[in-house]
Amino acid sequence: MLRFIARRLLETIPVLFIILTATFFMIRFVPGGPFTAEKAVTPEVMRNLERAYDLDKPLWQQYTRYLRNVVLHGDLGPSFKYPNRTVNEIIADKLPVSLELGAEALLIALVAGLTLGVLAAVKSNTWIDYICSSTAMIGICLPTFVLGPLLVLLFAIRLGWANASGWYGPVDRVLPCLTLGCVYAAYIARLTRGGMLEVLHQDYIRTARAKGAGQLRVIFKHALRGGLLPVVSFLGPAIAGILTGSFVIETIFQIPGLGREFVNSAFNRDYTLVLGTVILYAALIIALNLVVDVVQVWLNPKLKFE
Amino acid sequence: MAGVRYFVHFVHSVLLLSTLTGCLRHGTDVERGNREQVLHRGIGDEIGDLDPHVATNISELDIISALFEGLVTEDPVDLHPVPAVAERWEVSADQLTYTFYLRAGARWSNGDPVTAGDFTASWRRILTPSLGSGNAGLLYVLQGAEAYTKGLARDFAQVGAKALDARTLQVTLDHPVPYFLSLLTHPAWLPVHLPSIAASGPVYERGNPWARPGRLVGNGAFILRAWEPNQRIVVEKSPTYWDAAHVRLNAIHFHPIDSLDAEERAFRAGQLHLTYALPFGKVESYRRDSPQLLRMDPYLNTYFLRFNVARPFLNEPRVRRALALAVDRPAIAEKILRGGQLPAYAFTPPGMAGYVPEARLPTDFNEARRVLADAGYPGGRGLPAFELLFNNSENHRLVAEAVQEMWRRELGVQVRLVNQEFKAVLAERRAGHYQILFSDWVGDYPDPSTFLDIWRSDSGNNHTGWASPAYDSLLRSASLTTDAAARNLLFQKAEALLLEAAPLVPLYYNSHIFLLQPSVKGWHPTLLDHHPYKHVWLEE
Repeated sequence: MLRFIARRLLETIPVLFIILTATFFMIRFVPGGPFTAEKAVTPEVMRNLERAYDLDKPLWQQYTRYLRNVVLHGDLGPSFKYPNRTVNEIIADKLPVSLELGAEALLIALVAGLTLGVLAAVKSNTWIDYICSSTAMIGICLPTFVLGPLLVLLFAIRLGWANASGWYGPVDRVLPCLTLGCVYAAYIARLTRGGMLEVLHQDYIRTARAKGAGQLRVIFKHALRGGLLPVVSFLGPAIAGILTGSFVIETIFQIPGLGREFVNSAFNRDYTLVLGTVILYAALIIALNLVVDVVQVWLNPKLKFE
Repeated sequence: MAGVRYFVHFVHSVLLLSTLTGCLRHGTDVERGNREQVLHRGIGDEIGDLDPHVATNISELDIISALFEGLVTEDPVDLHPVPAVAERWEVSADQLTYTFYLRAGARWSNGDPVTAGDFTASWRRILTPSLGSGNAGLLYVLQGAEAYTKGLARDFAQVGAKALDARTLQVTLDHPVPYFLSLLTHPAWLPVHLPSIAASGPVYERGNPWARPGRLVGNGAFILRAWEPNQRIVVEKSPTYWDAAHVRLNAIHFHPIDSLDAEERAFRAGQLHLTYALPFGKVESYRRDSPQLLRMDPYLNTYFLRFNVARPFLNEPRVRRALALAVDRPAIAEKILRGGQLPAYAFTPPGMAGYVPEARLPTDFNEARRVLADAGYPGGRGLPAFELLFNNSENHRLVAEAVQEMWRRELGVQVRLVNQEFKAVLAERRAGHYQILFSDWVGDYPDPSTFLDIWRSDSGNNHTGWASPAYDSLLRSASLTTDAAARNLLFQKAEALLLEAAPLVPLYYNSHIFLLQPSVKGWHPTLLDHHPYKHVWLEE
């Protein structure tokens, strides 16, 4: 297993390098620049600005300098939009917020999704199944930008229990985490139901029942491990998405997370911030996919580290 | 471990929500703010920097106006310049030399006195090329300033700013500037405290993190207490401010909320006293249901269409004029936008210190058809379909579609609408890759020159390719004229020439639409949307 992980980590290096290089040049070819503004500045001011950020140097020089700073010093450079902050500082400020939002939403998603999914599978084609499945279907169909404002309307504006936006106290965590968690809970419920139904009809489950195992033991000891496989494959990319923050949720609730910077930095042509967030997200997605692969082998004896 | 911590955190939150009810929250932020004189306001996008020499965005400059004070400041009602750090000043007969006498009580927030030397050192900083200040150009009215920023002069002594003694500052201008005192209220002219900047990093380079809580030393009515990125910027009343006795607010919380819908929800939930703006689609419901919360203030902001006069067909003045005459401006302002906008028949908006444009580009469909036929395109025959480029702001499309339909119906001219992202449109504009462009312009100070200057052939904001030596010469004469009436006459002639040539179609004068709690007092409708915070207070 260690060899498998080591090999995968080694493969990561060229992947990240390609992503960094492609992003570096792609963002430069997008029309407009960090200092493109409604009101033009005089040519000498523009020259001074470009000099201050080394944008007056040839592109390849800027690229090699950036690469050197990232690889040797872990320095992602100064931000253009936030002149007195570095990209490292912005990520250090905002990533923990996105991680917290993601982790709490994931917890809601797992608890609600697995419960609904298992219930629906065990009581398949009964009214319990219909209720669970319909709830999941509604969750999938209801986009976060509808659910979020609806929750705000009810709990913040009508009842006055929470703030409509902001990330100040513990109460401010509830509505955004619930909104983000609900959507993923719905997917997890559908996948769990499907996975469990398939497993519950397998021979080894029948054997377990024949040997006198109780319903709970069959579900939790025998069926769940196999029934969760589709959920685990889904969780890899889902966790990456959920942990790196959700642009929509962060915008609806004005959460100071990294998801908004990821999107807005492209609109602002904040070259260094675009690169910093892209590299970070790429690394996170690669790492989480690796974790998912390891967990899948652990859950499914038919798979091997090859 | 992290999982356990998150779980505990989550359970904690759920328990709090279930036990807390409205009665446990001691009122909303607005209610508490009213009692404690704490103003909560939305400021749109997250701000980048609070360094007055680096910041360019309107919201940044607004917060900076609470933290710093210049020689003069603005009257809260009509924004005319009133004494601030300078208690009085003298102007020479030729209007080239201003002598400012600084008040003895002016102090920095660390207790240091504000001196004339602070102003010259600050102006030296903003003009220094290595800082790359986007607003350095505003100081070019100072003698020698432009050469200094261009690197042609190395010695700052050649720039027209001298500290005669600690409390006397002499300013020499390059040419007479009748609106110089108004210009001085722009944050580019604010003093900064160089010793505290030097303690945080290089004074003349970008990226110095001095403008942060605990480090920023200002001389304004408020001091910076907290800056939580994307959450809030908190400023509190400064005890060292010379006029602290008249400052009624104890604190201001600036909330950067980039989504207008989220901001409006926060306002309804009692988190904000006033919003940065109001989503276009919600104006009607507020007008109907809660008119006492809705404000539609006039604003120095003209919306117009630019013609690229280098393009075939649009290089023909009669074609441009016909298109300009065939826009039904009252319909756009009163039937489509319906938010206090006024139809624009000239480029300069009303309220410009006594200046009223004489010429007009009226709406006259018959005349438009006649002019187009004169140009050789009766009924639009022979003209290709034009492209009208606009950015994806919410009401731009509505107006663009209306204009498209008016030209089709009245002139038989076909228009294709092209929609791009904000910065992409600006890049196309700069490169001249457009035919007709949806544009707007916001004035920097209440003087016609802030609008008419952009059409000069050497202006970096013209972008149409239209150049008229006669127009340039009229504006140059106006800039050298000290008599207000004679100057306005020159501006009127210039604007008449501009509208006759029609490199643009004025559409409407915009208004600033936002929500305001009735408890906010002293928030006067001003043309630049400036509201000196020392004159604002809250009443329950």
